[in-house]
This record gives sequence, C-alpha cells and structure tokens, in this order.
Amino acid sequence: MSASSAAALAVLWPLLGAVCVALLGEKRRNLREAATLVTASSLLVLVATVILPEVQAGERPRFELLEVLPGLALAFEVEPLGMLFALVASSLWIITTVFAIGYLRGHDEQHQTRFFVCFALAIAGALGVAFAANVFTLFVFYEAITLSTYPLVTHHGTESAKRAGRVYLGILMGTSIAFLLLAMVWTYFAAGTTDFRPGGILAGKVEGSALAVLLGLYAFGTAKAALMPFHRWLPAAMVAPTPVSALLHAVAVVKAGVFTVMKIVVYIFGIDLLQTTGASTWLTWVAAFTLLSASTVALTRNNLKARLAYSTISQLSYIVLGAALANTWGVIGGSMHIAMHAVGKITLFFCAGAIYVGAHKTEISDMRGLGRQMPFTFGAFLVGSLSVIGVPPLGGSWSKWYLALSTAEADHLVMMAVLMISSLLSIGYLMPVVGRGFFATPEKAETTDHHSTPREPWLCVLPPVVTAVGCIALFFFAESIYQLLNGIILR
Amino acid sequence: MIEHLPILQILVPMLTAPLCVLSRRPLVSWGLALTATWFALATSIQLLIRVLAEGTQSYELGGWPPPWGIELRIDLVNVFVLLIVTAISSVVLTAAPRSLEKEISSDRHYLFYAAYLLCMTGLLGMTATGDAFNVFVFLEISSLSSYILISLGPTRRALHSAFQYLVMGTLGGTFVLLGVGMLYMVTGTLNIVDMGARLGDLGPNRTVLVALAVIVVGTSIKMALFPLHAWLPNAYTYAPALVTAFLAATATKVAYYMLVKFVFRVFGVELAFTALRLDAVLMPVAILAMFIASTVAIYQSDVKRILAYSSLAQIGYMVLGLSLASVTGLTGGIVHLFNHAIMKSALFLALACVVLRIGSTQLNDMRGLGRRMPLTAAAFVGAGLGLIGVPMTAGFVSKWFLVLAALESGYWPVAVLILLSSLLAVIYIWRVIEVMYFQPPPDDAAKLTEAPWSMLGPTWVLVGATFYFGISTSLTVGVASQAADLLVNGAAP
Repeated sequence: MSASSAAALAVLWPLLGAVCVALLGEKRRNLREAATLVTASSLLVLVATVILPEVQAGERPRFELLEVLPGLALAFEVEPLGMLFALVASSLWIITTVFAIGYLRGHDEQHQTRFFVCFALAIAGALGVAFAANVFTLFVFYEAITLSTYPLVTHHGTESAKRAGRVYLGILMGTSIAFLLLAMVWTYFAAGTTDFRPGGILAGKVEGSALAVLLGLYAFGTAKAALMPFHRWLPAAMVAPTPVSALLHAVAVVKAGVFTVMKIVVYIFGIDLLQTTGASTWLTWVAAFTLLSASTVALTRNNLKARLAYSTISQLSYIVLGAALANTWGVIGGSMHIAMHAVGKITLFFCAGAIYVGAHKTEISDMRGLGRQMPFTFGAFLVGSLSVIGVPPLGGSWSKWYLALSTAEADHLVMMAVLMISSLLSIGYLMPVVGRGFFATPEKAETTDHHSTPREPWLCVLPPVVTAVGCIALFFFAESIYQLLNGIILR
Repeated sequence: MIEHLPILQILVPMLTAPLCVLSRRPLVSWGLALTATWFALATSIQLLIRVLAEGTQSYELGGWPPPWGIELRIDLVNVFVLLIVTAISSVVLTAAPRSLEKEISSDRHYLFYAAYLLCMTGLLGMTATGDAFNVFVFLEISSLSSYILISLGPTRRALHSAFQYLVMGTLGGTFVLLGVGMLYMVTGTLNIVDMGARLGDLGPNRTVLVALAVIVVGTSIKMALFPLHAWLPNAYTYAPALVTAFLAATATKVAYYMLVKFVFRVFGVELAFTALRLDAVLMPVAILAMFIASTVAIYQSDVKRILAYSSLAQIGYMVLGLSLASVTGLTGGIVHLFNHAIMKSALFLALACVVLRIGSTQLNDMRGLGRRMPLTAAAFVGAGLGLIGVPMTAGFVSKWFLVLAALESGYWPVAVLILLSSLLAVIYIWRVIEVMYFQPPPDDAAKLTEAPWSMLGPTWVLVGATFYFGISTSLTVGVASQAADLLVNGAAP
C-alpha cells in the first residue's frame, strides 16, 4: 500500500472501528472490546510501519479526498510534526483502551458502547488533525473532536456533567467559530489558499499589526490549547470518567490544540516572518502568564484530577511558548513536548483513575499512606511526575532542555526564568501527592467499610506502569524523535 | 412540449388543485397532488439543464412577444429558486398523509392539498414570470392560499395567526403593487427587462426612490425581514407542522428572490446601491435581525417557535449578502437561500414527526426524546448542526461565502458579527439537543414508537441533502456564483 492512501486509511480506520463497536453492542462486550483493541493496534501498525518510514525518508505522502470549494479541499499530507502527533495518539489509544476496560467494568459504568464509539471517533478526529494538509481540513476534524468528545464529557448525565458539557462545548465551539473560522477565511482571503506550506503562506500577504491580530485569532481560536483566558473548559471537563480525562485531556484534545498552534506558526506564518516582524512576541507573554498562573492554581487544588488539569494547562503553554519564540529550538522543543508530556501526563491520569477505582479517593488530602497499599500505582505516579517536571533520566527532560535552549537563542532571559520557576512550581504540586502516599501515616479507624483494603483491577494498574516505563524509554530514544522533527522544513 | 415547460410547471399544479377538490378523497387527492409536485420538480430539473446549456429561456404567454405580452423568463437565478421550491414541496408533500391525520380532520384533507398546490402555483409563478404586474398576481395567489394553509392548524390560535398574516401580507402585497404602479408610471412598461433598461436611462428621481422604498418594504414584509416580521413566529408556530415545513422553506425564499429581482433586475446596482444607498438601510437591519431574532430564539419554550425565530435570523444573513452588492455576497445570499431551505424544512419535518407521536413541540414535552424516538432526534441533530454551520454541512458553505464577502468588501466588523451571531445558533439548537438527550422522559410518558417511515424517509432525505451540499458544492455554489455574477455585473440577458 502506498503511504498516501495509508494516510487516508489511517483516518478512516478508527471510524470503521467505531462502526464495529456500535454493531457489537453491550450484549457482546468482550467482542466489542476486542474490536477496539484490534482497531487500535492495527492502526498503530499502519501508522508506524507504512507511513512512518516514508516520512523519515523525507517523503510527504499526500491524499486529496474531495474539493469542497475551489482551493478548499479536504486533503491529507503527512509531515514530521503530524507524524509525531499521530504516533502519540495511536499508541496511547491502545493503552488507554486497556485502562478504560478495567475502569469502566470495575466501576459498572453505564453506556459503555457509546463510550467506546465516541472514543474511536475522537481518535479519528485526532488523526485527521494530525494529517491535515490545510487549515480547512484541520478545522473540520478539530470540530469533529469537539463534537465526538462532548458525549464523553457528559457521560454521567448528571446535572454537573451537563453544566460541564455546556462550558466545554461553549468555549471550544464558540472560540473556534468566532476566531478560528474567521482566521481561516482571512487567510484564504489574503493568500488564496489555506494549504500548509514550508516557510508559510502569509509572507507579503498580511502585514504589520494585522499579522499579530491574525496570530491572536488562531491562538485563541484553538481553545483546545487552553491559553488563558479560554482555559476554563479543561478543568470543567474533568467531570468525565478518568480514561476520558487521560486520553482526551492529556493527549487527543489538548494536544490537537497545541499541535494546531504549532502547525499554524510553522506552516502558515513561517517562523522567519514571525521573527522579522515580531508578531508573536505578545504570544510569548500570554503563554508565560498562563504557564505560571496555571501552575500556581494547581498548587491550591486538593482534588487530584483538578490539580492535574491545571498542570496540563500550564504544560500546554510550554508548547505554545516554543511556537511563539519562533526559532528552530522552540519548534523542536515544543513539538517534542507534545509527545513527552502526553506520556507523562497520561501516566498521572491513569494513576488518578486507579486510585479512584481501587480506593475511591479523589482528594489528595485523603491519600495519606495510600502508596504503601498501592505501590505500583504510586510508583508510576512518581515516575510520571518526574517526567512532567523534567528530571533526567525521563523523557520530559529533553523537551524542556530544548525549550530552554530556545529561550537562550532568542536571548529571552525572562522566559528562561519563567520556565525554571514553573518547573519548581510543578515539583510543588506533584511531589506532595507522592510524599503523602508513601510517607504519611494512614488515617485510622473510620476505614472499616468494605473499601478498607484498596483493590484496583490489574487492568487499571498495568497501563500506568507501562507508560511509566515509556517515560524512561523516551529519555533514551529521544534521538529518533529529534531526527524525525529535524525533518520539518522550516524555511 | 419541451418548449412549453416554463408554463406547464405553473399550470399543472394549478389545474390539479380543482381536481383535488373534485375527488374529495384524502388518498386520491394526495396522489394527484404528489404527481403534480413531482412533475414540477422534474420540470425544473429539465429547465435547469436547458438553462445551463442554452442560457436564459424566454416563453411568450399566448404568443404575444414581450414587452407587450407577458413573458416567463427562466434564467440561472430563478431556475435555481424553482428547483429548491419544487424539491422541497415534493419532499414535504410525500410525508403528508400520516402527519395530516394527526392535525386535520380527514374530511378536509382535500382542501389542504388544493391550497398547497395553489400556493405552490403562486410561488412558482412569482419566480418564473418576467412581468412586474404578474409578480403581484402570483404573489396574491400564494398569499391567499397560505392563509388557508395556516388556518388549518389544530388550535384556534391558528385562525388568529392566519388573520394576522392576512393583514400583514395584504399590506405587503399592496406596497408591492404601489411600487409597480409607480414604476409603470415612470417607464410605461411592465416587462421587467424592459423596465430595467428604461430606468437605467432615466436615472434617479423621486418617484423611483419612492418606488424602491415601497417595493423593499413590501417584499420585506413578505419575507419577514426584521422589524416587519411580526406575522411569522405565530404563523409558523400554529400552522400544521407540515405547512410550516413547506412555508419556511419556500414562501420567504421566494420573497427574497423577489427582492433580488427588483433590486438587481429592475433598479440595477448603479441605481439601487450607488444612487439610492439601499445598502445603508438593509445592512444594519440585516445585522439586527441576525442578533435580535437569534437572541429571542434562545428564550423560547416551544421548539417550533425557536426555529421560527431562527428563520428570521437566517433571513438576516441572506439580506446581508444582498446588501453587500458584490458577487461573493450575493452568491452567499443565494446559496444560503438554497441551503437554509433544506435545513429548515428538515428540522420542521423532524418536528412534524414529534407532533405525530407526542402531539406537542413544547421543549418540556420533548424530554428524553433521544431515547424514545432515536431516528427523529438524530435527524434534528443533523439538520441542527447544519444550521449552526458546522463544517461539512451546507450551512458552513453559506457562512463561508458571507464572511468572505464581508472581508472582500472591507467590512471587518460585519465578518465578526456574522460569526458571533452564529454562536447564538449554537445555544438555541443545543438547548433542544440537551433536553432531548440529557433529560429523563416525563414520568407519565406513554411508550412511544418511532415515527413511520413515510415521514422519516423524507426527513432523512433532507438531512442527507444538508450534508451532501456541505461536501459537494458544484451545484449550489456553481449555479449561485454564476447567477450572482449575472445579477451584479448585469451580463447580457
């Protein structure tokens, strides 16, 4: 099979999986779960063995599906940045499915079929975003992700879930229609195309302060990147079951947002244009503000998932910062952080889910001494935390290293200081969880109910351990990611 | 035969109407009416093909050549309108029998079919004719029959709404007649092409200005442009569900086309926009319509009413496209005419299914419908996404052109306003979706069966069309952009 048709197939594949899952239904739940797993693993095989070698060899497989309007086509083109995102999304989909099976069954959740169907649809959306050849295609799949994850966020159907769903949909859809769509039409109007091209398409087409405004429309229009003040949807979405928070709010949804920002900066504006005009300077400040304030808020949250949500907001801004610095290291560091943070953060969410299923605890203050009863979960949490903080020998250290290099290259010492302070803050909000788990004395007496001994299903313990190992492995294999990203043609 | 198609399209529904009255049997008259509407649809497809191949078709009524005789003039613009009117009429009528059983006693069904056909006759006539007075005649035919259709509604409030519409509609018709009279006074002709040519030579004067004003007001009443919309919400809410699906997609659209025809064909861009500054009136009004109507829609508790107010907002979009007076803007307006007709009739047909089963369109009574009538609810969601303008639906295409046109003309704030107002659509559509999917059904709810296929089929055809025209735009945008080019640049008729 040629890589270009494989790219289109990779987007369709999860859709087919969704259909199979829907047809199998609740009555054949084991077969249904098998269908998801088979789809997910075959997707990874497809992406990793058919498309990846081509992209590594410098090819850009392209597939045009249909032309909606003249110059506005639904088309796919795989380049290194999208390749990385697709690899991350498709590999973590498998692990998350395993985790979701354990979590949903351990918890006797309702509507499991709907859950797995929407999940597959969201992955299809993520791959569509990853492989999009132009802003229009990206926009289509961006909206598809929003719509397909809405039922996941409101999964419980309770009043609070509904309210969260409203915030989720309101912010994501609202900003995308009001800003992103406008930015896209503007781009089309100015450049006559919305294609992603090396070096950008806007040079000489949009000038002066209009460039900064357009960048703003894009950056705030992709609210999935959770730049303040459009970040509220992410903590709200934490009402969803933990597997959803894990994959969608550490990987597919939020990473689709920052990926979009990065891709727009590299292939629509071009880093040269941004650097010579300074149109992205303001964005570095917004990113820095988001980065620090979200970290600070995370310190104050006692609910584990809420704390992780604010940590995500902060970490996403690292990537936006990398894009806004608009130099080679920034692009590489930011893009690498997409992968590194994804693996680290999903580990943390898995652990949060395992703690909830096993011990029914959501508040950090209730987790005293829990680590001794759930050593694997808390061990994985420790590894994930260290990776997110950026301590060697864990994957997260590389991306932060390159981002620091980028601030140095931009001669922007303030931003470097911001990165350092934020790392300190992340120690402050992640380590106490581990410390409390391992070293604090457990509460006594009142735990005589049937949950007295935490028991998490092995399907919930295995995934975080696997991703924790992944964090370590990424440290040693960062070279291949670097090589892949080095293939991005910046000029 | 083939050269008589323009008149046959009008005559066949007109002559079938008395046949329905003669037959008096519900099913027989349905069969007759269905044959007539589908024939009209086939005719307009045939006409479209001919116009695309050979250019404008002129048909001389009674063999009298224009400008003395009445001319039916089929060009790219109105053949497109003919297509959508006949298509929606046919699809909606296909769903009729089961829906009517619920809302109209069966001894009056034949009257419904007769009035429906006459209304269609009027609308097709208004669209096809090339004679300004003839426009008024057909306008009255369609108006009178639509009063009947609305008054057939199941509650007594239908009568009141029909009367309200009658008063407003008559006013609108009178205004149009006044304007036509003034134009006749100035130019001495009633043929639209001839009138346009003579007005161009004449230049602006006070009579022409007044004529433009009264015609714009008259057509605005008929298409319910804010603030002349008062008749529409009640008429849509209390008419039988099927009538709403039909009128929402056709009557206001033809009125919009009437405005386009008068502004671009009779007055011309030069006179209407440069000399008389029509855009300075229409653009603010259109923007107000978009915002006020959408905001009001958010606060309604009857879904039919929500959609009625949404229609008012959508008319704002179409008029906005017109007021930009550019090829892209008018393309947006005409494409939206087509797309909105499809989406709105799909939504109203879905509501007809709801009425059939639960007998109400109150938001409160639709709780839990996602579980109880999954196919109907899904159809509503599909068409609703189109209305919001989600990409890959028809609504996105029209919005794209409107925003692009606003940018092209340099009206940046207008582009922003278009997008902001479509956020309001997200809210009012999502309110319905939330109620259908996230609220438990009422405790005393009877067990429901899904609507019959005779109604779901047509609904889903329209929902499918909503997505089809969002993906393949060669028909809609292709024809509309050529038509807009013809109208704005006044290519040789």
